[in-house]
Amino acid sequence: MSADVERHTLTVLVDNEAGVLARVVGLFSGRGYNIESLTVAEVDAASRTSRISIVTSGTPAVIAQIEAQLGRVVPVRKVTNWTSTRGGIEREMALIKVAGTGEKRVEALRMADAFRARPVDTTHTSFVFEITGAPAKIDSFIDLMRPLGLVDVSRTGVAAISRGPEAM
Amino acid sequence: MDKDNTLAPAPAAQGAPITLTGAEMVIRALKDQGVTHIFGYPGGAVLPIYDALFADEGITHVLVRHEQGAVHAAEGYARSTGKPGVVLVTSGPGATNAVTGLTDALMDSIPLIAITGQVPTHLIGTDGFQECDTVGITRPCTKDNWLVKDVNNLSRTLHEAFQIATTGRPGPVVVDIPKDIQFQKGVYLPPAGVQHRSYKPKTDPDPGAIARAVEMMAEAKRPVFYTGGGIINAGPEASKLLRELVTLTGFPITSTLMGLGAFPASRPEWLGMLGMHGTWEANHAMHDCDLMICLGARFDDRVTGRVNAFSPGSKKIHLDIDASQINKIVHVDLAIVADATKALREMVQVWKAKKKQADKAALKDWWAQVDQWRGRKSLAFKNSDTLIKPQYAVDRLYELTKDKDVYITTEVGQHQMWAAQRFKFEEPNHWMTSGGLGTMGYGLPAAVGVQMAHPDALVIDIAGEASVQMTMQEMSTAIQYNLPIKIFILNNEYMGMVRQWQQLLHGGRYSHSYSEALPDFVKMAEAFGCVGLRARTPQELDGKILEMISVKKPVLFDCRVDPMENCYPMIPSGAAHNEMLLSPDDGGEVSEAGKMLV
Repeated sequence: MSADVERHTLTVLVDNEAGVLARVVGLFSGRGYNIESLTVAEVDAASRTSRISIVTSGTPAVIAQIEAQLGRVVPVRKVTNWTSTRGGIEREMALIKVAGTGEKRVEALRMADAFRARPVDTTHTSFVFEITGAPAKIDSFIDLMRPLGLVDVSRTGVAAISRGPEAM
Repeated sequence: MDKDNTLAPAPAAQGAPITLTGAEMVIRALKDQGVTHIFGYPGGAVLPIYDALFADEGITHVLVRHEQGAVHAAEGYARSTGKPGVVLVTSGPGATNAVTGLTDALMDSIPLIAITGQVPTHLIGTDGFQECDTVGITRPCTKDNWLVKDVNNLSRTLHEAFQIATTGRPGPVVVDIPKDIQFQKGVYLPPAGVQHRSYKPKTDPDPGAIARAVEMMAEAKRPVFYTGGGIINAGPEASKLLRELVTLTGFPITSTLMGLGAFPASRPEWLGMLGMHGTWEANHAMHDCDLMICLGARFDDRVTGRVNAFSPGSKKIHLDIDASQINKIVHVDLAIVADATKALREMVQVWKAKKKQADKAALKDWWAQVDQWRGRKSLAFKNSDTLIKPQYAVDRLYELTKDKDVYITTEVGQHQMWAAQRFKFEEPNHWMTSGGLGTMGYGLPAAVGVQMAHPDALVIDIAGEASVQMTMQEMSTAIQYNLPIKIFILNNEYMGMVRQWQQLLHGGRYSHSYSEALPDFVKMAEAFGCVGLRARTPQELDGKILEMISVKKPVLFDCRVDPMENCYPMIPSGAAHNEMLLSPDDGGEVSEAGKMLV
């Protein structure tokens, strides 16, 4: 990334209706914005509200445009930028498969323990670890697993929420 | 950006519920929304709605000859009345043919409701006959769109569609209705019972921002108003308030292509249009001002020229109803996100209440500078005794029609710029042109829509011979509905603006811009049942124009003009406002970076 490009985490509350995710994603592709990760699920069935968390990157002016363009989308109720407000907690979950035997296998398990990653599938020649944390922590864990027999990675993308008692 | 998070409560039922078929609901909803005209084309997937229309006498349906024509006609209708335009087309090609018009309406913020038929729900996704993913295709060219899969959601969706199309920043919406839903019966909700659950555009200005704007205006030494289509879209009251604000302040005013008519061209404060083909005085005032008051415009690339050289010394106020326009292209010092009528009303009130005075001494010097720029007479041209100059043709058209109730539409290109530069508009909603998308073929069907709304007005499409051929078939529509539109073709036998750019940027290599194999427009007019007229010399022009005006039928006027005339003044691509060319003699080397621009 060049000097003035920043990574930001945005959360978008939307009416959960057909096509709203396509409209949000289409806005990013149509206007040439980046999506580094995207997480979406309904969070309130009664009010049919879904929550989309997007990690994006751009210059501060581009990030401001992204927020404003999201605000224009009719079914979008609210947009929050956790990076600029610094009031949020960001977490991501990943499932990481490592195959190997002998010392490498033992080392993988030791590392997993240090990262509080937990084996959720075990065979004589492999582990699947579940790890939760900030994306940077997951990046580090994946880097450490690489020489120990990393074979597959599945990441959820970031979910974010505000600190303290208030809703978004 | 906050919106209310609560669901709108379901309305209390007023008496017995109304049960209708989906098709009947469409007609009922249109009538409940005050719709009197729709522009459409039937087909398999909308037959039930056309059947309901057949049984109804309250709505006039205008049968176009191509769905693109339906959308442009609806745009012309909407722009000239302030009411939303309504389009009814079938599935598949009916919907895809509408896409250009929808994109045009999105770019120019025109309120449209397009109703598209869709294959029955059980066939969706099977590549059925005349099936296409209409909501997928139209998502990027609508403000919002819906596929209605339950007849009991249909009336709510239709009413929400009207609300969304016409409020906030207006725009086109699409309601896609599968054929089985059109046949099914369900409960109809009247508009009063429907409120979108989250859509609430912000329209009230922040009083602090208004007060600050008034302060900045009172302190300004070299101010200029730069207004746009937002003033037109806000309604005639916004134009009135704008005039009052200009009177109170005495500031000069210019406008974008889309904003022409909001301020009378006859008033002394008027500088003419700004931008790529704007006047010398408008662009220099923009460049040298110390305060720019942008009202309902969006700093389009055709307005700014080179952004890093755009009005370098000014503070900028930006009023827009769409928050995403603020700081998008140009950083501004004060943003007001609000409806233009409300914001202008507040500005006028605060200016009066605080007994503000413009800096009269500074303004005197500023006006002296402006008058010096005016002295360059940037719209002047060398007239000819033998050839009709296109500028002369527009001037004569203006002079011979200015006392009538005249509405002008245009196609896209040189003729459009000459019309914008030279036709003097005194009132809003009388100028219909494709600004943002630049759609050749817009003007003829738009004129059809305007004439439907204003049967007694003089509606003229100032056209080019290339553009007009794109939607020529709508002459047939004009004949069918007795619409006496005048299609005034500045026929220079070239895609003139393309040729002009090829001359300036591509070494005079006129690649495929010559209009070869042109039809005989007079014979073609006659074939359609219109009147064809032709003028070849300046001497016969006035007589022919007067004849055109007097004919109570659609007229196709083949005005043969100088084929090599270029449109000046011009800010070459990548240049600044103070680097305008007034004529070909100015040279005008375009930078390599400029050549990359459109």
